[in-house]
Amino acid sequence: MTLLLNGAPQTVAAKTLAEALAELGFAGRIVATAVNGDFVPARKRAETHLSEGDRIEIVAPMQGG
Amino acid sequence: MASFYGFEPQNPLFLGTAQYPSPAILAEAVKRSGTEVVTVSLRRESSGGAGQAFWALIRELGVKVLPNTAGCHTVKEAVTTAQMAREVFGTDWIKLEVIGEDDTLQPDVIALVEAARILADDGFKVFPYTTEDLVVGGRLLDAGCEVLMPWGAPIGSGRGLNNPYGLRSLRQHFPDVPLVVDAGIGLPSHAAQAMEMGYDGILLNTAVAKAGDPAAMAEAFALAIRAGRQAFAAQPINARDMAAPSTPVMGKAFLA
Repeated sequence: MTLLLNGAPQTVAAKTLAEALAELGFAGRIVATAVNGDFVPARKRAETHLSEGDRIEIVAPMQGG
Repeated sequence: MASFYGFEPQNPLFLGTAQYPSPAILAEAVKRSGTEVVTVSLRRESSGGAGQAFWALIRELGVKVLPNTAGCHTVKEAVTTAQMAREVFGTDWIKLEVIGEDDTLQPDVIALVEAARILADDGFKVFPYTTEDLVVGGRLLDAGCEVLMPWGAPIGSGRGLNNPYGLRSLRQHFPDVPLVVDAGIGLPSHAAQAMEMGYDGILLNTAVAKAGDPAAMAEAFALAIRAGRQAFAAQPINARDMAAPSTPVMGKAFLA
């Protein structure tokens, strides 16, 4: 299916958020996730099933003021 | 010494981590200023993993982090960002920004109060970026905030304290609430001025990061904050309109 990953279209074979993170190379990184604007805690990624067109946000620590 | 949700820094300089010429200069600025709290943010992670290296640097510094919700314009965005920050940074502290106007980056105080209530109810320790408005300050405290962070001037403007009267009023109105001037500071004298009024801390970023020598400027701010705090504790005199001779008048020789 095709997701909108951090604003860009991305086709994945994954069915869940956890699988998508692994497939896209984010496994083991310190990131937080949201699906369609809602926060998804790390412990719920494996049970979060994705649908065509879902908006996935993957964020990480960054400089800030 | 003010307590920010139970944390009592020796040095109440909250330093931003953005816009430095290099990570090494950021690290040097933190060390030289003796700052104990730095602000950080969350941004989309690149495939290269830029965020991982930054986070490793911050952890090495051994300081507390205050994540922000910079750039959020709605309650929903700010709350979701705060939730993500709590998980990533492992802290329930959040510098809550809900921007209402893009030219001045003035907070949308209506949305701010709503977001603050949601987050405080969810266990967050909220540091709200607000204006000097007394009524809004009261609403934020009612919502569960135990710190207020009024702006000095628009973020990044370096204008200093645009409304000293308003900031002084806020201080007098909430004598027991920890107050931090957040944003708009350009010079150490601006920070000293706020501390002389009785403010409990200063949050700044651009004035240090964009200085020619950020580490030296960070130290200059730390010194100014210390001077201003000591001056407030020492109870400054009131200004007056006319001169009052400091040298005794009595006993002056008559030489005319």
